[in-house]
Amino acid sequence: MYGLGILKGLSVTWKRYWDTYIDDISWAMSGKKRYQSEEGIKHRSSKNTKGIFTIQYPEEQLITPEEFRFVPFLVYDELADGTKNIRCTSCGICAKVCPPQCIWIVRSNDPVTGKPVPVPANYYIDIDICMNCGFCAEYCPFDAIKMDHDFNIASTERSVYNLEKLLKPASYYAEIRPQNYAIEEEARKAKEAAKAAKAAAPKPA
Amino acid sequence: MATAIETQTVDLAARFPGIVSADSRPGYAGFMIPKENLVEVATALRDELGYDLLTSLTGVDYIAENKMEVVYHAYKTTGGAGIVFKVQVERVDPMEIPSLTHLWHGVEFQEREVWDLFGIKFANHPDLRRILMWEGFDGHPLRKDWREPFFEEEVKPYKSRWPEGKHTFAEDKNIFHDNLKFPKDFDPEKYVVDKEEDLYASLERYTLKDEAGKMKTDHIVVNLGPHHPSTHGVLRVAVTLDGETVIGLKPVMGYLHRNHEKIGERNTYLQIIPYTDRLDYFNSMSNNFGYVTTVEKLLKIQVAERAEYIRVIMAELSRIQNHLIFVGMLINDLGSMYTPSLYAFEERELILDIFEAVSGSRMMCNYYRFGGVVRDVSDDILQKIKDLVFDRLPAKTDEMERFLNENEILVGRLKGTHVLSAEEAINYSVTGPVLRAAGVPYDLRRADPYSIYDRFDFDVAVRQNGDMMDNYLIRFDEIRQSIRILEQAVKGIPQGPINSQKPNYQIKAPAGEAYGRIESPKGELGFYMVSNGKGNPYRYHVRAPSFVNLTAIEKMCTGTKIQDFVALVAMLDIVMGELDR
Repeated sequence: MYGLGILKGLSVTWKRYWDTYIDDISWAMSGKKRYQSEEGIKHRSSKNTKGIFTIQYPEEQLITPEEFRFVPFLVYDELADGTKNIRCTSCGICAKVCPPQCIWIVRSNDPVTGKPVPVPANYYIDIDICMNCGFCAEYCPFDAIKMDHDFNIASTERSVYNLEKLLKPASYYAEIRPQNYAIEEEARKAKEAAKAAKAAAPKPA
Repeated sequence: MATAIETQTVDLAARFPGIVSADSRPGYAGFMIPKENLVEVATALRDELGYDLLTSLTGVDYIAENKMEVVYHAYKTTGGAGIVFKVQVERVDPMEIPSLTHLWHGVEFQEREVWDLFGIKFANHPDLRRILMWEGFDGHPLRKDWREPFFEEEVKPYKSRWPEGKHTFAEDKNIFHDNLKFPKDFDPEKYVVDKEEDLYASLERYTLKDEAGKMKTDHIVVNLGPHHPSTHGVLRVAVTLDGETVIGLKPVMGYLHRNHEKIGERNTYLQIIPYTDRLDYFNSMSNNFGYVTTVEKLLKIQVAERAEYIRVIMAELSRIQNHLIFVGMLINDLGSMYTPSLYAFEERELILDIFEAVSGSRMMCNYYRFGGVVRDVSDDILQKIKDLVFDRLPAKTDEMERFLNENEILVGRLKGTHVLSAEEAINYSVTGPVLRAAGVPYDLRRADPYSIYDRFDFDVAVRQNGDMMDNYLIRFDEIRQSIRILEQAVKGIPQGPINSQKPNYQIKAPAGEAYGRIESPKGELGFYMVSNGKGNPYRYHVRAPSFVNLTAIEKMCTGTKIQDFVALVAMLDIVMGELDR
């Protein structure tokens, strides 16, 4: 019969239409929030979701996975006396590995001796050119540059971030990437312990 | 693993003594043919030796030797190793070699591309115009002595970034603050666009005949695009119509051209990976796969075992989501707005969630590295993939088929339209699902296995009619086969390291050439690379399936109705990021 295929197709959409309400009602009956709750969002992006599973942006947002990457930032450690210890040593690996070449590093010299000091005098990232590939964070040997999670940075003019704008504390990094942070801290502590053990060990005569 | 280029099966030099010689440069393979004998040798290759599929044609500018070279890669559709042959000409304008369009129609666009970007002319080419750059453009950009307006240094990394650290805006390098370069005596005030004439002249002409009893009709030229919602981006097609019937058409492309290959030649090997994401932006995983496979061939390195499985899993997930978009967008173009395409997008969304969790980005994944992948797939994510593969995707594919396949309107629009026969498909160098729908079971995962595809049990999806309906149905067949591969891959994935190499951002490849190809969801995605032993590729070419498959559009459309043309563009599954490169 002509039109049977169309009816068959419509039965699929019809089922989907009711699935949404059935799911909504069963969640409401069990007292759980299907919308605007972490549990609800997780359910709607799992294999068990039925009906429509739209995330009502901007009222609710998808949960950002830890590895999500968007424009880099520079990490500094807060020392006990309140000073900032910038991890970057201006070695230039990030600038060399950057595919669109959007990183400029101004190196600093010691004012007395004139020798280079391992702290950047300034650091520019042209955010409009950055392609969010994450190579700088991947190849940095000092864990000094990391990819951010903040993607709401639309602007109407060219944005070139300087050192001041790029610096964020290590606590912020620990907050957005807890697992990576824990692994790196462990490695750092192991390295320092090994260094201390080496220094403490009596020198061979 | 047999690599196609290294296992040469036919000795052309013995077949044509005194004419053909083996390419003896270290790291190179294949045969050198004098341009006078090219047509003769190519005809023998096609008709006697069975190399019926000429997949790739590209140029290389050897400026130091003062030579220009055109490189051809031919394969057999029955599978197995291919053959490489090259023609060299003196690097003095005008350069000309014979065209092979009468043997393989599929080289038409590729020869135009070589003319456009290298300035090598092809004698007897039916329509030798620029293809990616605009008519009136000054110079041939892929020549080694051509420099872009924002030129800074020959290769990256640039000194101004580090150690100098002087920030400047690239656009300040050009007085127009624009990415444009004009001929010397150019006056924008006096410029008149007159080059369109060439395009319209290339269209089929319709002669008015006063046949008895027939009304005299005039033909009309319609420009579809570049800003047309059905053309999947900025594709423009000039169509000559007789009433509603298409009598000739020419695609016009290059609106999204950024010379990906020139950018690639400025980049280091590592820096190209994120740029390949932007080729076919729906399948960045597949693009990464093709590129790293080629460079691994050049570097002669092995891939870590666990990484091989992860690569296959990601590539097959990418194929599934690509075919889902294809189905959604095809039906969107047929006039059924939103509902089917959003149904298709739902499963894609779940796949993209996995991509985001492993790579950090939904579409620009940048996930593969030479020798492995960038980071491991955690047990949580592997469980998510298993849930999708075992529980959700098979059922949802069934639902999608129940939803659409028997719909009378869909069947009426697709069945019997735009038939492409197997011979024509091969002759037009069409690859991927479009070729398989025409009845040629040619899938690189079987025909020339790369990575670990030889370990999996799956069938090559093939349909016989070559019409739109088969092209549509074969996508579902392929989704099913991909699910089969995924089931085996997630079960068999071993523990172990995810990269066989130490992280190194300054990779140097030994001098030589490599052509790597994979079965991307759209067809054969090939990369041809030439290294001169430095940290940057000397030549980097992308054989984009969208670009080559589009060659057949004129053949398929002629004599059909204009409204079916829109469906055909969707059916060829082109992506402008890859087509314009």
